[in-house]
This record gives sequence, C-alpha cells and structure tokens, in this order.
Amino acid sequence: MSIELDGVHKAFGAKRVLDGVSLRVEEGQTQAVIGASGSGKSVMLKTIVRLLTPDQGTVHVDGQEVARLGREELYALRRHVGYVFQFAALFDSMTVFDNVAMGLRRMRDLDAAALGERVQTSLALVEMTGYDDRLPGQLSGGQRKRVGLARAIATRPKYLLYDEPTTGLDPVTTAVIDRLIVKLADELGVTSVVVTHDMQSAYRIADKIAMLYEGRIRFVGTPAEIQATRDPVVRGFIEGRPELIEEGAA
Amino acid sequence: MIRAWTAPVAAVGRSVQDFAAGFGRFGTFSVGVVRSVGDVATWGGLLIQQMARLGVDSLPIALFIAAFTGIVLALQASYTFTGAVPLYFVGVLVGKTMILELGPVLTGLALAGRVGANIAAEIGTMRVTEQIDALETLAYDPFAYLVVPRVLAGVLMFPIVVAFADALGVVAGWITAINLLDMSTQEFVRGLRIFFDTFDVQFSLIKAASFGLAVTSIGSFFGFATMGGAAAVGRATTQAVVVSAMMILVLDAFWAVTLL
Repeated sequence: MSIELDGVHKAFGAKRVLDGVSLRVEEGQTQAVIGASGSGKSVMLKTIVRLLTPDQGTVHVDGQEVARLGREELYALRRHVGYVFQFAALFDSMTVFDNVAMGLRRMRDLDAAALGERVQTSLALVEMTGYDDRLPGQLSGGQRKRVGLARAIATRPKYLLYDEPTTGLDPVTTAVIDRLIVKLADELGVTSVVVTHDMQSAYRIADKIAMLYEGRIRFVGTPAEIQATRDPVVRGFIEGRPELIEEGAA
Repeated sequence: MIRAWTAPVAAVGRSVQDFAAGFGRFGTFSVGVVRSVGDVATWGGLLIQQMARLGVDSLPIALFIAAFTGIVLALQASYTFTGAVPLYFVGVLVGKTMILELGPVLTGLALAGRVGANIAAEIGTMRVTEQIDALETLAYDPFAYLVVPRVLAGVLMFPIVVAFADALGVVAGWITAINLLDMSTQEFVRGLRIFFDTFDVQFSLIKAASFGLAVTSIGSFFGFATMGGAAAVGRATTQAVVVSAMMILVLDAFWAVTLL
C-alpha cells in the first residue's frame, strides 16, 4: 500500500520534464513535493494515475504497475485514488452536490440515500455544508478548492493526490486548506502526495518533503531535515535566494 | 537562391505531413470512441439529454432555413419555367430539390455551426480546465461520457430534424405557389407526385444521419485535441465548423455518386 516511482522520465517534444524521478511514499504518510514552477511536479503527479504515461521508468501504486494495467483495472485503481486539481476542475454545468456525487455514482453498492449521506458527510468534512445547490461559478476560489477536495474524498480513497492545493489563496484560506489536509490524513488514514511550492504549507502538512530539481529528486527528508540541510539548491529554494541555487547548480 | 525555390516545396510537405498526422489522430480517436460504445452504463443516461440538446433545440434554426428555402425555390422555379415548361413542374422542383439536396445539406451546414461549434467549445473548455482529467480520475471513460452520447444523438436526431425541414420546405413552396404564382393546390401536388419516389426520402435521411455522425465526431475530436487556453478553444471551435462543413459537402457528393 504505497506509491513508488522508479526512474521515471517524461518529455514533451524536445523538453525533458522528468529525467529519472525515483520516490517512495509509505503507507499513511503525507509526502510533499516542492520545486520551482515548471519543474515537473504536476507531471509527476499525473503519472501516478496515468493521466500521463512515463516515457521510461515505472510507477507502482498499491503494488500494481500502473502502465501495465488494462482499462478496467486502471479504473478500479482510480476508484481508490482521489485527485485534487490545482484549479479544482469542477464540472461547471453541475451543482456542488452533483460534482461531489460523480465518483460515488460509479460505486454500485451505494443506493440513493447512502449516496446523499456520503455527499453531505464529505461536504461537512471540508466545511461546505449548505452549498449543495450552488454552481461552481457561484463559489470563491477557496470554496471551489474545498469542493474539489470533497469530491476527491467522497469515495473514501486510500490515496489522495493534491496538485497545488493552496496556490492563489489568501493566507487564512491557505491555513484552512492545510488544516483540512492534515485532518483528512488523520481521520481517513490516507496516503497523500501534495505538490506545492508553498513552503509554509509543506512544513505544516508533510511527514516528508521531497524537492524536484532539473527533472530529478534532489532531496527527501522530514520538515526538520530540510530546514537543516546544507544543500545550496534546496536552501536557495526554501529561503527564496536564487543566488544560492545558481551557486549549487554551478 | 536554392532555399527560395525549395521553401514552397517544404511548406507543402509540412502541410501534407500535418494533414496525415491529423488524420492518424482522428483514426486513433475514432477507435477509442468505438471501444467505448460498450460502456452503456456511462452513456445510457445521457443520450436523451443530448438528443434534446442537439436535435430538438436545433429545430427552430433548421425550420427557419427550410421555410425560406421553400419559398425561394418555388419563386425561382416559376421564373425559370414560365413560358417553357408547364407550371406544375414547380412542385417537381420544390419537392425533389428540397428532399434530395437542400433540406439535408442546408440543415447539415446550419447544424455544423450550431452543434459542431457547441460540442467543440464545450469539450475544449473541459479539456483546458482539466475537467476531462477529473472525469478520468473519477473512473469515467471520457469517450463514453462525452463523445458516445453526442455522436449517437447526432446520428439519431439529424434525420429527424431534416425530415421536418424537408416537410416544411415543401409546405412553404406550396403556400408560395398558391398565393404568389397563380397555381392551384392540385397543380402543385400533381407536380410533387409525378416524379416522387420513396427512395428520395430514404436518401435524404441517410445523408442526414451521415452528416450527424460527421458533425458530432469532428466537433468532439477538435474539442478533445484542444491544448492551451481560451484562444485554443476558439481555434478548435473554428476548425470544427470549417472541417464539418467541408465534410458535409464531401459526403453529399459521395452519396450522390454511390446511391443515385
């Protein structure tokens, strides 16, 4: 019950985005992945559920090699993985209720009453009770992210993948989302991968932090370890000092 | 100097290469769609909704076009035949032209704009806002959820819309004939029946079904292929309408060659 990437390469045309990424996320752990914008964090996250296929290397989830799964097996795996998108990716023609219910409608063992109850429980977990009938266009950015989170957790997944969950939010909403991520990890016991470039968020939510740099994992450690590291590239990123990154790259 | 001569050749070569690559991508897309037809649990509940959106909601524009086409056909036929051909041939021309050609083709072209653009813009927007990725992560096959119900609705509803358009075009021609051309109903109906063949209606509906297939699948393809932002959605929409319109004319010629 873990996520394991081994030597993952991915290029778009001539641009190499991932150049041999290897990372193991243990069961029940919250793993933050940090890195500059455009460093390939979201690409890496998408390879975990095969929204993108690696050019080389392997991705294992729950002991299964994702690239080798047939269509039905892949969909069966995806039912155990919740994905929170950077801009929520809510279905804009559907109400909040229907957005959260989408994944649940694939579960044949849930009747209408149980489905409704599960939607309400999920909305309550993200503190969005009472918004069922709203359309995504009537919500603020933070509210949309919370509904996206409710949609991802509604099926009670074993894994949660977060793509920049706090980008573009004010500090208070960011703290609310961070608390939710920690609460969900504690209450639901999920294994999480959180892609972010917000260091304060990473320190608050992560058991471990990995840094992606030039297509590879440059560092993996606990929040305390990353704050104590002497690697100039990592220090330069977490302290916002580009001169250190240039020094490390040289 | 040599480069000046080879540049146009290279440009043509690139265009051919792009066309072949696009054709290949459409082939791969079509295979994916056909494979998803078996996922009835996903598309079954969406079919009626799409039939209403693509078919019923398209009736006003199709009927508007058909009514005015019928009027113009009757008047032009009368103008052409006066003094040379018996006037009841107005009924022949209105019936044959409306059912065999103008009903399906003008309706198809109008729906290429309305339906094709709508599908490309909607799916393209879903692509660039990661809603299609979200569908995938929720274990939905996006082809089964988005494309199959639209394509089936197009194939089923275009013939119905065209049947109404054909009928209204003929009725509009008849009303014009009896009111503006000094013809009687008996004369118009005589002309209408004299060369009428039920195959004409079948031909019209077969063409309409093929136009429905082309417009919905091309709109879906360009929507799925959208990459980027709002400008890319705009490009995809334009491409969908232009390619659908061209495809309608190609199919029109194809059916004329193979069935007439």
